Amino acid sequence: MTAHELLVRLKSGSVASEAVQEALYARIEKVDSKINAYVRRADFRKNDAVNKKQGLLFSLPVTVKDNICTEGLNTECCSKILAGFCPPYEATVISKLKKAGAEIFPLKANMDEFAFGSSTENSCFGPTHNPWNLGCVPGGSSGGSAAAVAADEAIWALGSDTGGSIRQPASFCGVVGLKPTYGRVSRFGLIAFASSLDQIGPITKDVEDAAILTQAISGYDPNDSTSVDQDVPDYLKSLTKDIKGLRVGIPKEYFVEGMDSEVKSVIEQAVNKLKTLGASVKEVSLPHTEYAVPVYYIIATAEASSNLARFDGVQYGYRAKSDNLIEMYKRTRAEGFGDEAKRRIILGTFALSHGYYDAYYLRALKVRTLIKQDFDRVFAEFDCIAAPTSPTPAFKLGERASEPLKMYLSDIYTISVNLAGIPAISIPCGFTKDKLPVGLQIMAGSFNEEMLFRVAHTFEQNTEWHKIKSSL
Amino acid sequence: MIYQTVIGLEVHLQLSTKTKAFCGCIIDFGRAPNTCVCPICLGFPGTLPVYNKEALNSAIKVALAFNCQIQEHTKFDRKNYFYPDLPKNYQISQYDLPLSRNGYLYIYRDNKPKRIGITRIHLEEDAGKLIHEDGQSLVDFNRAGIPLIEIVSEPDLFSPQEAFDYLTNLKSIIEYLDVSDCDMEKGSLRCDANISLRKAGSLELGVKTELKNMNSFKGVKDALSFEVGRQAELLDRGGDMVQETRLWDAEKGVTVSMRTKEGAKDYRYFPDPDLTRFHINQDMIERLRLKLPELPQEKLQRFMKEYSLSEYDAKILVSSKEDARFSEECIRIYPGKDKKLMVNWLIGPLLSEANSRKVKISELNITNDELISLIGFVERGEISGLSAKGVLSQMIDSGKSARELIIESNLLQVSDTEELSKIIESVILENTKSVDDFRSGKTNALMFLVGQVMKKSSGKANPKIVGQLLSRRLTDA
Repeated sequence: MTAHELLVRLKSGSVASEAVQEALYARIEKVDSKINAYVRRADFRKNDAVNKKQGLLFSLPVTVKDNICTEGLNTECCSKILAGFCPPYEATVISKLKKAGAEIFPLKANMDEFAFGSSTENSCFGPTHNPWNLGCVPGGSSGGSAAAVAADEAIWALGSDTGGSIRQPASFCGVVGLKPTYGRVSRFGLIAFASSLDQIGPITKDVEDAAILTQAISGYDPNDSTSVDQDVPDYLKSLTKDIKGLRVGIPKEYFVEGMDSEVKSVIEQAVNKLKTLGASVKEVSLPHTEYAVPVYYIIATAEASSNLARFDGVQYGYRAKSDNLIEMYKRTRAEGFGDEAKRRIILGTFALSHGYYDAYYLRALKVRTLIKQDFDRVFAEFDCIAAPTSPTPAFKLGERASEPLKMYLSDIYTISVNLAGIPAISIPCGFTKDKLPVGLQIMAGSFNEEMLFRVAHTFEQNTEWHKIKSSL
Repeated sequence: MIYQTVIGLEVHLQLSTKTKAFCGCIIDFGRAPNTCVCPICLGFPGTLPVYNKEALNSAIKVALAFNCQIQEHTKFDRKNYFYPDLPKNYQISQYDLPLSRNGYLYIYRDNKPKRIGITRIHLEEDAGKLIHEDGQSLVDFNRAGIPLIEIVSEPDLFSPQEAFDYLTNLKSIIEYLDVSDCDMEKGSLRCDANISLRKAGSLELGVKTELKNMNSFKGVKDALSFEVGRQAELLDRGGDMVQETRLWDAEKGVTVSMRTKEGAKDYRYFPDPDLTRFHINQDMIERLRLKLPELPQEKLQRFMKEYSLSEYDAKILVSSKEDARFSEECIRIYPGKDKKLMVNWLIGPLLSEANSRKVKISELNITNDELISLIGFVERGEISGLSAKGVLSQMIDSGKSARELIIESNLLQVSDTEELSKIIESVILENTKSVDDFRSGKTNALMFLVGQVMKKSSGKANPKIVGQLLSRRLTDA
């Protein structure tokens, strides 16, 4: 059941919050041994006292990605180097959810270590499996959050999106995932991967839930200088089921070689659906798209190399035994970080090094501006852009683990959005022959989440894709 | 060979703001280690910095006082390096768009001003402090995140003495702005020096050495002087100078190589994505400019003009803001016409009391009113100048008033002619020879007789009046 359906029942009293929570735990116990969406399951029963909070969200539990700080609950980014780290503070999104009446249990979702990955295979707690096909990855890095929602072992969840980490797993798992505008949601308490790209967002069973959850976590936060002081509109009002006359752009650069033919035809059908719903659809160009992946991997790894410098064994987390400081640094980081984390730290350190900074980092920043301008030009004439979320459906576990470049290309359609800072949503829009979900991505201009909800909700209410469940 | 010394200084100043640069922690140097800390200044994962407007305002004030151009657009950058006193393993600093550039300040030698360029002044955060004890190293993060400004001079200083003068003037200006303690021993002011020698007359700069670890202005001067000698000797021998960082060992009085250029770190600066670029608008700058106090050089000129002081006297009075305020108040309420008399007290007895106690004039335990009251006793001839100096010292020690002390010690000069006449009569009777000498034209004898009267009165007689009475008495008869 979706959160908004549960909220109606909780409000009327036909369902009690305890019953919701019990049912959820029962479901987790039943399926999570197959999915591995949750980490540190031993902690689950620690927080048995059920609070009956009223408030907007009626004590509904929220599943939280393991890189979002929850006070008193371990937050380890699925990395050995943060083993045992229990923050004495909480993320602003968590405070906001509590204020809205949500319940924060130790429901921490699996992820790629420090959000480095597109498959949730890079976790020190082992990979998460896709509920649609246990041999496939759920996408990543918020794979635990997306799989949990898809497998009905989460009511809804929070993920984080740096280059597609909410939208791509949402697409792979057949659920809804939104990356808000950069600055819409506070990053305070989100353990940073790439600070200029990271944004927390919802992963939900339908668009209405996404709107409710986005509403609850959005807004200016004086503790985050990059959050923007701008009023949050009432997102529920944008769930209008009407897109007549909207101008929808289809970026021609997104339909190129390397795209799975089944995904292509599913997306084409989805675009046709938008047309029949009254949208005017036209091809547009985002000419700098081809540079998005290299630009992203320079900027994101550069920032990550600096953000992850603090994990040194001095104050918290894992510390390797050693008799001198330099050795302690080296061993702690050698033993604490996984391969992908090391790869990105090395890449980022290189990109920022003396003599390479201008050629890589500085140039990447300039191209980032060009990518942003591509979008500005399109949004001057179009209300939104529709595109695939990922070039392929969920791939097999282990298939790309040894091919980082191929893995990096999974993000080819999602990365530009982060570089431009704009919002985008992925919604279920069909299946491949093998019964793997495909996601339709809708992008809009900065702070125009309302447009995303309007288009996504209209599409969803006129299709049945979101109602189809995995046979798990 | 004759060389010209070229020196540039980098000064780090801790700003005395209420809270740290990027979090809400209180700054309090008295607290136990690691008690002025929070997850943000400890660099805990997920936390974010938010810059302190008070620190920015202080930094802008300093930049204005040093005649810098404030940059309209500025940003913070990360300086990346691993060290256990640096919680995030990067320092938030400013790299290519510093808060301000192109300033200057004047130093004075033989009353001639010399303009010393200031390359840049920027804002950054301090690191924690390592404490090495019993073979262990401990970290205190109370200092981590305290706002610092770095003031970088041009290589315009041509001798260790000029470097010393630059630091003295810089400190005096900062004290006037009241934005930092400026205490080098406590570490709230730190100074690194770059020094190189070049052939006299050459315009090309020589290979420089960076000097660290000086903990007083004198230490800076001594380290530079040592370095001048070391480099000159090396160059004379035809040796190759290497660019290196050297540490000053104050005890041995030598500099020791720490690392060469090859070992220099690559700090991988890049813009801090957690802190957005910001704008400093002209209004804000003008508002802060209006808040600037009168600075030492302006005050010096005004004191010279308004109170007709010599440059020498004025300089002493304005060297500290508090002393200048104390002195100006004294001069203002001093009732006499000749303000110079008041000034002489300030830069004479009062300054020597302050120096012997190693404090400032304004820190002596004496109010303006009490000081002026003491001077009044002297001017009315009620006590001697000499005993007044003793009273001043006692006033400072005891906190008692001038009147109390003068009465207690029975110091009031006897100016009562009747009482003095009695003593004079007895002195005349006891010193007939001197009286005869005086009468026969030996005027010196009068001084002897005055001395005898003084002796008899245990020094309390007013010597001026005694002289008048004696000479009248002896010539009349």
